[in-house]
Amino acid sequence: MLDILHEYGLMFLVGTWPVGPLGGFANTLVLAGLGLGLGLSFPLAMLLALARTGSIRWLKMLATVWVYTFRGIPLVMVVFWAYFLLPVMIDTTVPAFATALAAIVVYESAFLAEIVRAGLDGLPKGQMEAARSIGLSYAQAMKSVILPQALLNIIPSLVSQFVSTIKATSIVYIIGVQEITFSAQQINSIEMTRALSVFLVLAAFYFVACLELSQFARWLEARIRARQLRPA
Amino acid sequence: MPDMIDLQHVNKWYGQYHALNDVTNQVKKGEVVVVCGPSGSGKSTMIRTLNRLEPIQGGRIFVNGEDIHAVGRDINVLRAGIGFVFQQFNLFPHLSARENVMLSPLKVAGMTKAEASELAAGLLEKVGLGHRIDSMPAQLSGGQQQRVAIARALAQKSPLILFDEPTSALDPEMVGEVLSVMKQLAAEGMTMVVVTHEMGFAQEVADRIWFMDAGQILEDSLPAEFFSNPQHPRARKFLSDVLEPRGAATLPY
Amino acid sequence: MDFQLSFLLSADVLPLLFKGMATTVRLFACAWVLGMLVALLLVGLRAVPWRWLDWLVAVFVEYHRNVPTVVQIMVWYFGMPEILPRDIKLWINRGDTEFLFAMIALALNASAFFAEDIRSGMRTVPHTQLEAARSIGLSAFGALWHVILPQALRISVPPLINRALILFKDTSLAMAIGVVEMTYQTKAIENLTFRSMEVFVAATLFYLVASLVLMALGAWFNQRFPPAHKG
Repeated sequence: MLDILHEYGLMFLVGTWPVGPLGGFANTLVLAGLGLGLGLSFPLAMLLALARTGSIRWLKMLATVWVYTFRGIPLVMVVFWAYFLLPVMIDTTVPAFATALAAIVVYESAFLAEIVRAGLDGLPKGQMEAARSIGLSYAQAMKSVILPQALLNIIPSLVSQFVSTIKATSIVYIIGVQEITFSAQQINSIEMTRALSVFLVLAAFYFVACLELSQFARWLEARIRARQLRPA
Repeated sequence: MPDMIDLQHVNKWYGQYHALNDVTNQVKKGEVVVVCGPSGSGKSTMIRTLNRLEPIQGGRIFVNGEDIHAVGRDINVLRAGIGFVFQQFNLFPHLSARENVMLSPLKVAGMTKAEASELAAGLLEKVGLGHRIDSMPAQLSGGQQQRVAIARALAQKSPLILFDEPTSALDPEMVGEVLSVMKQLAAEGMTMVVVTHEMGFAQEVADRIWFMDAGQILEDSLPAEFFSNPQHPRARKFLSDVLEPRGAATLPY
Repeated sequence: MDFQLSFLLSADVLPLLFKGMATTVRLFACAWVLGMLVALLLVGLRAVPWRWLDWLVAVFVEYHRNVPTVVQIMVWYFGMPEILPRDIKLWINRGDTEFLFAMIALALNASAFFAEDIRSGMRTVPHTQLEAARSIGLSAFGALWHVILPQALRISVPPLINRALILFKDTSLAMAIGVVEMTYQTKAIENLTFRSMEVFVAATLFYLVASLVLMALGAWFNQRFPPAHKG
């Protein structure tokens, strides 16, 4: 295993970069990071969650259908759809990375929306009532009272979802996105006879990163809970 | 004196359940009305309709001359003119005591930060929490939290405060500090509607007592009358249960 | 884009679709059963008071929780044959190798999550419940059956159903090693006929309907057996 790591470590990390495009684990992290946050999936999830907890019926229904659909089909199917539909929709060829990113954004938005919704539902009903009874509008109450609390409470779940997203990106090598699983496939086809080592090294990359992040999420969770249980 | 609250034939259902049954009554400016009754009698529902936390299906409610349940009225403006104190305090846990009190003046009344902060400091002083002004709710006792909640309601500068069982969630030793703040407000001429089981407070402070059961106001009388000579048989039963709780410990066999 | 339902129903395509669906369902069912058995074994092993065994189980669980499922499948399919004895390898190769390795990988993956769900359910029942049950004269089995399990299952079953849903969707990852399940078949039919729309719609509906059934099962359980109130 160590010789594989020694020989191909750089390829696992960054793919063929700087000769080719950025690949390897770096690209995995970029894909997961862009897919989950940074102005793409998260705002969509917020809108979905607000629609699902709100009182406008058709919006509620639309958001519910969206969430259940993407929770109900495998990411691979979403990737297939993106691969097939995106070029038709915008009438031009779409790079593999953008296709994968689009699929991950819509897929993750459903899971994120459920996390945000749980955060909103998890607050006592009295918070909204108190905010409204001092004269705040729904939007003001959301902004000043509900969201600051709900978003703080869901930070650990968001970190856990980031772990899930990192793992989920491992399937997009099938449309040729050069992330770390793609690298491992390449290395395996060069090496031929050391498949176990190659794939265990691949597993180790994910394992270390995801375990660290999971433990970070657990630590955050404990801290936030301790804050809430501070002696009255 | 003009009416602060005017309830006209108010009806409310939860599905088949008739929660408020043709409630009609008035509260005058400066009056303190204590609402009592067994649990499930509709008293909390009634007080929550007064600032439209609960919708009604029939009748009208005027507060300070404004039709509270009228379609199209800006309910946020109306609510800003009505203080409301909850059983569970409902302080905003992510904001300090001062920030809790400042929120409405800042966001609804449009005060500057400095003005709102000064107002909050004064009100927290008034409820005896000048020394805990920057504490977070989780660092305060239940009684202190409820006093912050009263200061938060006072910050709306409304002539009316509604209290929904303000001492029911408190440990017994903290009930007094909250009631004394409420007595002080009553003495200053604040119009108050108070749902409570604190019969001592009712006797001492209330101008009138409403006794509710089954979604109706069965009795509306002066405290002296109510406690010495309750008219309705259910009021008599209620009073004997509340004032002589030992009776309740007697087993039926 | 015109949509031709008749294409899906044609004698060339329909049997292929059914074969894909059948393989997906079979893969899910086998992996679920094996995964549950391994999970129960893991829960049992954790009760044994040997430190190193506890540690070993923890490593097993963390590996399966923190490595992508498709990578776990690859480790089994591409890697394991290197270290398996020749006889076993020959025996495996006579059967459906892809299916077998995908099934094992999916089952072990699911078992790690199943075991955690079962354990967290058991942890929520306080020890005093057992004492109380025994003190009113119930046998150990009676206490388990009437008092402990009803409480623990209320906590464990909803995440177990959710995990079954994830396992069902994860069967699609077996396409990575060429198991001819629904997702693989979808791609194969598309490559053969170029009618992407029809075959994608069919596959999506298949996954969606099956997932909704599992979600409905979870919702029904939650309603029928709400978790006991704390306090």
